[in-house]
Amino acid sequence: MTRQKYSIFSLLRNAVSRNENWQQAWRSPAPRKKYDALIVGGGGHGLATAYYLAKEHGMRNVAVLEKGWIGGGNTGRNTTIVRSNYLWTEAALLYEKSLKLWEGLSRDLNYNVMFSQRGVYNLGHSLQDMRDIERRVGANRLDGIDAEVVTPEQIKAAIPMINTSPRVRYPILGASLQRRGGVARHDAVAWGFARAADALGVDIIQQCEVTGIYRDHGRVTGVETRRGRIEADRVGVVVAGHASVLAGMAGLRLPLESHPLQAYVSEPLKPVLDTVVMSGAVHGYISQSDKGELVIGAGIDAYNGYGQRGSFHTIEHAMQAIIELFPAFSRVRMLRQWGGIVDVSPDACPIIGKTPVQGLYFNCGWGTGGFKATPGSGWAFAHTIARDEPHDLNAPFSLERFTTGALIDEHGAAAVAH
Amino acid sequence: MLLINCPWCGPRDESEFGYGGEADIARPANPDALTDEEWADYLFMRKNPRGLHREQWVHEHGCRRWFVLERDTVTYEITDAT
Repeated sequence: MTRQKYSIFSLLRNAVSRNENWQQAWRSPAPRKKYDALIVGGGGHGLATAYYLAKEHGMRNVAVLEKGWIGGGNTGRNTTIVRSNYLWTEAALLYEKSLKLWEGLSRDLNYNVMFSQRGVYNLGHSLQDMRDIERRVGANRLDGIDAEVVTPEQIKAAIPMINTSPRVRYPILGASLQRRGGVARHDAVAWGFARAADALGVDIIQQCEVTGIYRDHGRVTGVETRRGRIEADRVGVVVAGHASVLAGMAGLRLPLESHPLQAYVSEPLKPVLDTVVMSGAVHGYISQSDKGELVIGAGIDAYNGYGQRGSFHTIEHAMQAIIELFPAFSRVRMLRQWGGIVDVSPDACPIIGKTPVQGLYFNCGWGTGGFKATPGSGWAFAHTIARDEPHDLNAPFSLERFTTGALIDEHGAAAVAH
Repeated sequence: MLLINCPWCGPRDESEFGYGGEADIARPANPDALTDEEWADYLFMRKNPRGLHREQWVHEHGCRRWFVLERDTVTYEITDAT
């Protein structure tokens, strides 16, 4: 089908006709009996996978199976931060691939994902923090990623609301700054990928929970769903917090634990923060959305949980961190709070690759930082599914690394509030 | 916040406790005899169930003793403490 192109002209044309003639952005087809490939999970990563399968590898007989509605899971439950300043080369190159895709994504998808490169500051509060920051910035530059070290004076000049007093419990001694980092509009990412994938022939099937994975002699043959059996020789599973549940259907064990990760949005304020600020030491991160809300995140709840909610003391901890950095925000009221279920891996790095079951691929373990990787994750996963072998970028992120011991130890090293 | 019934101190707020993950994982008696796959399974692989989970907690800011809870990972309801 021909897809209406979004442009200033289509806006004007539809404004004249009272916005009554907009085409639907994607179809809602009934599932067919058989596809060349199935993607389980209609979040950003799954939709991106389907899009790049169709676009880069010519696989168009593909369906995305989504339990609820697309983008209704972690894609719509995160703090939308995008950056690529990871310490280890394997991780840095993967996230940098993603960042490069972000930079052209709105044009590529013909959908405004509102990617805003407003910069990301990772604060240091101790001498050791600053040594780690210097090291990471150096590593980033060697990997061809923009990074710089900034002083408290520079931070104060860029972010007037921040408290750079040396007489606090966690004084700000400096920061790393990635100017190409920023935020994007999370819903638009899901919708943009869905619309673009659908235009290439991908079936997006919502309300279609997968309840079983069929195998025959070590090969995947299809899945059982709430809407019947669907056959396929290749099945890519990218379901974030429920990865272990899906793996169990295929008799596999994964090195993952699912935790609630809470985030918070304040009442809308006038523009007060035009960048992203993260701190590992006080453990919080904050930006301001285009609607004026402060978007705040912090650490996971300690316990395993699938309940999409967490404990109150975790909220309190996140707020303490933000007030420590921005005392002026102490009187801001929070509007909404939610929890996503994040699949945390032992080395805080994702698993993107093949499994012991032929034709079954898993993309999981993104933990607390998957949103930034949405396009790159889909791009690499599509390559893995189409060629039945990982791309060089995701080869180090195999499930076998937990057997060989070749972990990519980003825990605490990536300037992230893990 | 969870209200956790410490077997020794009684019901206390979750913030007094530390979380120790999946219970009943025994260190292999003879690690040298394990294959890499078996070692990886012991070290890294987890059940991570959606539903009932047997898990370890420690009453960090109390009696400092470890115990095992059975808790539903969807409703967060604690069904058993030993």
